[in-house]
Parts: sequence; structure tokens; C-alpha cells
Amino acid sequence: MSDRDNGIPAIELHTVSHYFGSVKALDQVSLRVEGGEFFTLLGPSGSGKTTCLRLIAGFERLTTGSIKLYGQEVSALPPYARDVNTVFQDYALFPHMTVAENVGYGLMIKGIPQVERRARVQLMLELIQLPDLGERRPAQLSGGQRQRVALARALINQPRVLLLDEPLAALDLKLRQQMQSELKSLQQKLGITFIFVTHDQEEALTMSDRIAVFEGGKIAQVGSPSQIYDHPATLFVANFIGVTNHIAGSLAQQLTGSPQPFCLRPEKIRLAIEEPSIPDGWCHRCGILVDIVYLGVYTRYQVLVDEQTAWQVVQQNSEGIPHPPLQRGQTVHLLWSSQHHHYLPDVGDPWIEPPIKDPESIP
Amino acid sequence: MNALATFFYQRQRLGLALLLALPLAWLVGFYLLPLLALLLQSFFQLDPFTGLVVRQFTWATYRQLFIPAHLDILGRTLIMAGLVTLACGGLAFPIAYTMTHYASPRLKGILYVMVLLPLWSNYLIRVYAWKLILAKEGILTWLIQQIHLEALLQALLHLPGIGGPSLAVSWLGIFVVFIYVWLPYMILPIQAALERIPVSLIEAAADLGSPPQQTFWRVIWPLALPGVVAGSVFTFSLTLGDFVVPYTLGNSSYFIGQAVLSFQGTSGNIPLAAAFTVVPMVIMILYLWAAKKLGAFDPID
Repeated sequence: MSDRDNGIPAIELHTVSHYFGSVKALDQVSLRVEGGEFFTLLGPSGSGKTTCLRLIAGFERLTTGSIKLYGQEVSALPPYARDVNTVFQDYALFPHMTVAENVGYGLMIKGIPQVERRARVQLMLELIQLPDLGERRPAQLSGGQRQRVALARALINQPRVLLLDEPLAALDLKLRQQMQSELKSLQQKLGITFIFVTHDQEEALTMSDRIAVFEGGKIAQVGSPSQIYDHPATLFVANFIGVTNHIAGSLAQQLTGSPQPFCLRPEKIRLAIEEPSIPDGWCHRCGILVDIVYLGVYTRYQVLVDEQTAWQVVQQNSEGIPHPPLQRGQTVHLLWSSQHHHYLPDVGDPWIEPPIKDPESIP
Repeated sequence: MNALATFFYQRQRLGLALLLALPLAWLVGFYLLPLLALLLQSFFQLDPFTGLVVRQFTWATYRQLFIPAHLDILGRTLIMAGLVTLACGGLAFPIAYTMTHYASPRLKGILYVMVLLPLWSNYLIRVYAWKLILAKEGILTWLIQQIHLEALLQALLHLPGIGGPSLAVSWLGIFVVFIYVWLPYMILPIQAALERIPVSLIEAAADLGSPPQQTFWRVIWPLALPGVVAGSVFTFSLTLGDFVVPYTLGNSSYFIGQAVLSFQGTSGNIPLAAAFTVVPMVIMILYLWAAKKLGAFDPID
């Protein structure tokens, strides 16, 4: 915690660019991660998030720029000289060593005497709730257990920053959710800075203090989960984090009296069968229901609001499904508060809604 | 056709039996039985007066292995096989490592072809080609003369146990040619073993603080060991059994292969030839057993 008080960032990237041959993987990325933060690098595959993590770990030599770890320039240091540890996506456990030997590997390299090493490994195995599996081989463990061992092997070295490269990607949904909350509480308990790479926006929102959204080798936005969700900086961010209705052109003109495009999240819209009374500051639009997807907690509707624009609308199923049930082709009323209109800073983005040709052709 | 497939689907054991019938018959008939016949022969002995094989159980033939002249043959062959194996390992590992970690896919393909190319041409031709290369009037001696190191070559050839009248008739020549002919058999299994080590393991070792040399000895070497052992089984057993190279490049001192050839041919002493053949087999069994005991195959389990 003292690191945070000193105000020295745990990780500082300054105009970092990286090329694989002639392919630009990272383009002038600058980033500041504070000590003790749970910081997530989020983006689709090929966006540069993993490259960014590998540069911090030292597995790639950066092409230009600088990387500082607690104020110390590390970009010229090999991985074994950096005070960071990594949890790999495939766990990278040593198959010829036992679980205990795997966890104790870093301590053995540091020359910690065997007695102390054994005690610390046992403590670590207890922390990850696998106290009796020290003598097993990694091949004898389940995916979730291997994941924990990989975590223990990294954490036992008490790194100043822990790097996690999509560590939960290979787990099934239930286990993943459980590991998400375990990781988060472990991070809070230990106070270690976590840098977490994922392509799963929900995972990023659940776990992070702050998120950096990557797009095409650049950072599109950095912010807290709610900042990123409620105030996306670009249309890409708005679409990558959740779903959004992008309203532009004549439709925007009709609704707001101005052609300036804006975003509207599906869950901010209310769906009604009868024409509702419209409160002050609310907007209203009729549309034809073209698709209904029941998802348990909520139902997702697709509503055609003019010839070529379909909106996503999400309604909680808190009162059960509406009665009588809604039918495709039915006219529905959409109602929302104009305070949920989110105007994107970069209005110049030439992104166009994909046209919907024929409502009947939608399965 | 479908009905037939369904028939076998319902009788999987029968399908398996049919699948294995031919190869199993071949293995038993042409491999296992001759091996047993060989073993049996080694327990007979040759009557020195009649020159006929006495078909009666005896250890006498095996006792003959221990006379000094025969012990010389065994020792000579074993030492040569051991040295050739060590040299092949030392040469093959860096090549295999480069192929795995540094070569571009294109270069890797070229290296593969370069390793395999010699195996596509006739073995005898290659050995005789080496005889010409190593000959007193050959290109190698000529090259050595050009760089004025003839004195060094002569000194080397005068060393007992290494030299000989010329490179083409010397222990050094046998050693060099053995390395040449068996090197591919060492490179390929090591390369296959290295290829199976995920790069993330090497990265993880570095990430946990090990400098390259520690990563090598603690992670890469133990995981590559099954490949090294497989390669050494090839080079060791091939050298133990070979008679062409020492026949072509050696003097009158026999290797095991030559001894077998001459005992079963010229002197008709099939039992002694069989006993000589059993020796490399026993050595290889002991070698594999020791490798297994030392955990060389653990990474494959």
C-alpha cells in the first residue's frame, strides 16, 4: 500500500510500439497502472492486449518506447530480472515436476533453503485450498486445480505485479465465475497489483478497478467499469462492452431534432404493447417486433424502428413474460428517458448500422 | 459395405484380431522365432575336431566370449559405440535446438532435408566415399597440407588407439564416419522431443527467475531426455552391430559385427556368432532398464 502512497505507478508504459516483422501489434501505447490496482487489458483477439502483457513480462523485446516498473526502467531487462510473475493461459506447469516442485520453483531458483521452501509451498497450497495435492503431477489435476497451482507458483514469489494472461479462458462457466470472485478477493487480500488480460467483457466488468480497452493496437479508452459502460469513448467501445443501439441520421433528427448521432443501451428502453403516456423528457417510438430471444433472467427483443434500423431492447423478466405473449410482427411501443442518450466524443466515426432487409427473413 | 462395417462395429474384438493377424504373424514368424533360434544356438557349441555343432545345452560358448582376444573385440566395440553416441549427442542437440527454436519454417524445412538427404543414398557408397575423402591422396589430407598442418595430422595418426597408417585406415577415421552415418538418427528424435516442449514452459521458467542455463538444465533437458535416450539407442546399437565401417576403414582388429560375420561364415561357428550377437542385445536391454530407472522416460508417462 505504501507504493500507492508514494504515488509511483506500478507500471508505466510510455509511447510503446511493437512490431512483429512488418506487422504493427502495438501503436504508441501509453498506460499508467497504480499500485494495488486490479487493471484489465480488454479487447478482441489481435488487438494488442496480450502483446502488451508480454512486453511487461519481458517475453518480447519492445521496438520503441519505455516500460517502467515502480519507476525503474525495465524494457532492456530479461524476464528473469523483472520483479513480475505471470499466470499463463495454458498454465505452463512443468510436467516433469510435482505440484510442490512447481510451486517452489521460483524459491528454489532464488536459493531459499529446502526447509523454508517446503513450509512456504505448503502455506501457498493451503491458500489455494489444495493442501494435500503437493505430491501429484500436473497431469493428474483437473483444469481448475491446475489454474490454482499456476496462480500459487506465481504468487509465492511475492511479485510486485502479477500478470494474468486470460487465465480463466479454459474453464467452464460455473468454475470461471467462482474463480473470478476468488481471484478478486485474493487480490484485495494480498494488495498486489494485478494486470489481467481478457477478451470477455463481462469478466472485465466484474473484476476490474479499471479497464483499458484495446482496438487495433491502440488503447481506445481507459476507465472504471461504469465509466466504460456508461460513457464509452468510441462506438467500438460501446459495441464491445455490451450492446448498444447507434442512432444517427434522419432517425436521430426525428427523435431529438438534431442529426447528431447517439447511443442508447438496450436495457434503458421500456417496451409496451399499449401506447403509453409520455412523461416530460422521454422519447417514444413505434416499431415492429422481429425477434424474441428468451434468456431466463431477461428477454431480448429486436424491434424494427424504420425500414433499415433494428434496435435491441432488453426487458427483465422480473414479472414473468408478458401476457398475452408477444408475437413476431406485432407493433410495440418503445419508451425511454432522453437522459440515457449517450453522445460519442468522436462523431466522425463512419460506422453504419447493417441494414435489415426483410423482417420475415430474420429467423 | 455398410453392412460389413456394422458387422464389425458389433464385434470389435474380431475386427481388432483381423487387423492384427497379419502383422502379428509376421512378427512372430520372422522376428520372434528367429530371435529364439538365435538364443538357442548360442547355448550350443562347436566341436573343435569335427567342426559340427553339438546340439546340447552348454555355457561353453559364452565362456569363449571371455578369452582375451574376444574381450578385446567386445571392449573395442563398446568404447567406440559409447564415444560415437556421446559425439552424436553433442553435435545433434545444438542442431535440433536451432531447428526447433530459431529456424523459420522455411529454414526448418531446408534443415530437415539436409539431415535426411544422406539417408536417401546408398550406405555402402557413402562409406566408400568417405574412404576416398580420408585417403592419403584424398581431399582432406590435401586440404590439411594446404594449411600446413600436416605435422599435426601425422602426430595425431601416430597416437596409439586413435591413429593408424592414414586417416583412411585409422580409429579416428572409423569414429568420424560412424558419426557421419548415425548423426541423423540422433538429430530427429531430439528434435521431435524439443518440438513437444511448449514455448510457454521456457517462458515460465524465465518468468520465475531462472537465467537461460538454469532453464536449460531444469526444464528443457529433462523434457528432451526421452528424445536423447531414443537417439542414443539408435547410435549405440547401430554402432555395436555395424561391420561395414570398421571393415572399410579399419585394420585387422575386429568389431562385434565383423566377428559375427566371420564366425558364422568362414569358420561356421554359428553358436559363437550367436553368442556375440546376444551381447549387444543384453547391453541395450540393460541400457534401457537403467534409463527407465533414472527417470529418463518420466516426461512421457
